[in-house]
Amino acid sequence: MSDSIEKKPAKIVLRELQNKIAEEAWEAKKRGEKVGWCASNFPQEITTAMGIPVVYPENMGAAVGAKGGGQRMCEYAEGMGYSGDLCSYSRINFAYADLKKCEEMEIPFPDFLLCCNNICNCMIKWYENLALEMNIPLLLIDIPHLDERTCDEDRIRYIRAQFDDCIRQLEEITGKKMDLEKLKSVMEVSQRSSRAWLRAVGYMASTPSPFSGFDIFNNMAVANVGRGTIEAAEAFEQLADEYEALAAKGESTFKGEEKYRILFEGIACWAHLKYTYKALQTRGINLTATIYGPAFSFLYGNLDELMAAYAYVPNSNCFERELELRVNDALKNKVDGAIFHMNRSCKHWSGNLYEMERRFREQTGLPTIVFDGDQSDPRCFSEAQYETRVEALVEIMEENKKKEVKA
Amino acid sequence: MADVYTMGIDIGSTASKCLILKNGTDISGYAVIGAGTGTSGPKRSVEQALSNAGITINEISGITATGYGRNTFSEADWIVSELSCHAIGIHAVFPDVRTLIDIGGQDAKAIRVSTTGKLENFVMNDKCAAGTGRFLDVMARVLELDVSELAERDAMAENVVNISSTCTVFAESEVISQLSNNVNICDLVAGIHRSVAVRTAGLAKRLGIVEPVAMSGGVALNSGAARALERELGIPVRIPPLPQINGAYGAAIYAWEHRKQER
Ligand code: SF4
Repeated sequence: MSDSIEKKPAKIVLRELQNKIAEEAWEAKKRGEKVGWCASNFPQEITTAMGIPVVYPENMGAAVGAKGGGQRMCEYAEGMGYSGDLCSYSRINFAYADLKKCEEMEIPFPDFLLCCNNICNCMIKWYENLALEMNIPLLLIDIPHLDERTCDEDRIRYIRAQFDDCIRQLEEITGKKMDLEKLKSVMEVSQRSSRAWLRAVGYMASTPSPFSGFDIFNNMAVANVGRGTIEAAEAFEQLADEYEALAAKGESTFKGEEKYRILFEGIACWAHLKYTYKALQTRGINLTATIYGPAFSFLYGNLDELMAAYAYVPNSNCFERELELRVNDALKNKVDGAIFHMNRSCKHWSGNLYEMERRFREQTGLPTIVFDGDQSDPRCFSEAQYETRVEALVEIMEENKKKEVKA
Repeated sequence: MADVYTMGIDIGSTASKCLILKNGTDISGYAVIGAGTGTSGPKRSVEQALSNAGITINEISGITATGYGRNTFSEADWIVSELSCHAIGIHAVFPDVRTLIDIGGQDAKAIRVSTTGKLENFVMNDKCAAGTGRFLDVMARVLELDVSELAERDAMAENVVNISSTCTVFAESEVISQLSNNVNICDLVAGIHRSVAVRTAGLAKRLGIVEPVAMSGGVALNSGAARALERELGIPVRIPPLPQINGAYGAAIYAWEHRKQER
C-alpha cells in the first residue's frame, strides 16, 4: 500500500479511485482502445482480467441526478419520444447518447455494450436500443430469475456457457486475450474486496453505528465497478479498519446522536439526496441497514460459484429470499423502523414494494413508511409528503422506545 | 381552579381547522375555513374558533400545530404529524376504534390506532390524487354540483355506474362522456363514490383491517362516500360527530396532555 493511500481517509481514497477508473477509460479511448458501456452487475471479473476499459451508464445516471441535471436530461429524452415511465437512468443515457454532451458528467462513447439482466430486464431493451442506434455490438449475459432458493447446476451451466462465449466475442472485438491466470488473480482480489466490504458494512450492527449509513450510497460505486483491483481491495480494508476503530471507541461519523436506526429500502433519491438525508439526520435517524450492505458482495471459491454469485444479486432473486435478506439485516442491525422508497423509475424494485413492506412489517413488527420518489428524476418527489411520513415514523419509534424502557 | 384552554390547529392543503378545548375534554369552539396552508386560512380559523369559544388567544395555555402546513405556524408550542393527531382524536371519541380511515383534500390514509390511542402504524396514498377529496372536488365540478350535494344525489341512485379509471384526469373524461350519454347523475355520483371507496379500501387492506373501523376527514361528511366505503370493506364504519376536525381535536388533546405533564 502506498503512503499516500495510508494518510487519506478511505472515503477520499475510494472517491479518487472512482475518478481514476473513469480517467483510465478516457485515456484508453484516446489511445484508440475499444471501450464498453457496461451494466452495473455485469461480471466485472471478465473485463478487469482482460484489461478492457468499461464505463457504467447507471453510475453516470446517478451522478447526473445528484448534480441536478436529471430533469433536463430526462425531459430531453422524453422530447425524443421516450416514455417518462422508463427508468431515469436509461432516459439520461438516451439523452446523452444523442446530445453527446452533459455538463454534470460525461463518459467516453462505447465501441460495444455489455448487458446483464440480473439487475432488471428493462435493461435489455435499453441496451438493444443503444446497439441499434449506435450500430455497435451488444453482448448479453442472460441470468434467469432465481425462482428457487439456490442456483442449481443447470443454471450454472447456462450462465457459464454465456460467460465463455462472451470472452470469445470480447477477444474478437477488442483484440485482447483472456489470460486465465490473470482471471484467477482478479477473482482473488475481488474476494478480498468483497470480504472487506462485508466487514465494513458489518459494523452497522454496532451501537452506535460507526458511520452515517448514507455513506454506503457513495462507497458502493467502487464496490460495484472496481472491486477486482488491488487498490479497491486495499481501500475497503482501510475503510473496514477505520470503522472498526470508531466502533471500538463507540464513536461515529454520523452527525449528532443516533436516536433511531432504520432500514432504507431502494436506491437513493439522488436528486434529493441532501433533503432526504437531512430530514433523517436532524431527527437523529441513522441508516443502519440496506440491501446494498450484504448483497453487493460477491463471494465464490471457483468459476462455477462465480456464476452462481451473479444469480444471487438482489433483484434476481425470488421474493421470499429477498424478503429474508431484508428481515435478517434489519434484525441483525437492530433497526427501529424502515423507510421504503417507491422508486418510480425502477419497475423491478417498485413492483413488489408494497408487498415487501407489508411482509417486512408483519415479520419484524416494526413500523414502516413508503414514500414516492425516483432515483434521478426529481419530478416524482414531494418534500412535504416525505417529511410527514418521516415525522410520523419518528413519533411511532419514540413511543416504542418509551414502551421498551417501561418493559 | 381556573379553566385551562388548549388549541389544536390542523393546517391542511385545502382547509384550516382550529379547535379549542377546555380542560382536556370540552370543545369550547372550533372553525373550519376552506383555505389551507399559505393562505389567510390558518389565521382566520384561529380567530373564528376563539370568537366561538368567547376567549382570547392569551387565555390559551398551549397550541399544537398539525397537518401539511404545521411547520409554518409560528405560534405553535408543539408540532405533531397529523397521523398521530388523528389517532389521538379518534381515540377520544371512540376509545375502541383500531383502524381509522382519513380522507383529506390531497391525501388518504389508513391508521392503526393502539388500544391506548397512540399511532401504531399507517399507510398513505401514493402520489396519485385518486381516492382523495380532490378527486371528488374535480368530479363535482364536472357534474355542476357542490360537493355538499353529492350525498343527497348518491342516496337517489338506482344503478351505480362503473367508473373504471383511477386517474383523476381519465375519470373526468369518463364522467363527461357518461354525461353526454344522458346517464343519470345520481347513478354517476354513486359510481364516483364507489371509485373513491375501492381505492381507500385497498389502502386500508394494505395496512390490515382491525375492527372497529372509523372514518374521518372532510369526505366523511359525505354519507354517500361513507356508505360506499362500508360496502367495499363489508363492515360498518363509524363516523365521529366532527370528522373534519378530528386532527385538530387530537392536536388540542395533545397540547392538554403535555401541559398537564409539565404542571
Ligand atoms: S430499472 Fe431499476 S434495476 Fe433497471 S436499470 Fe433502472 S434502476 Fe436499475
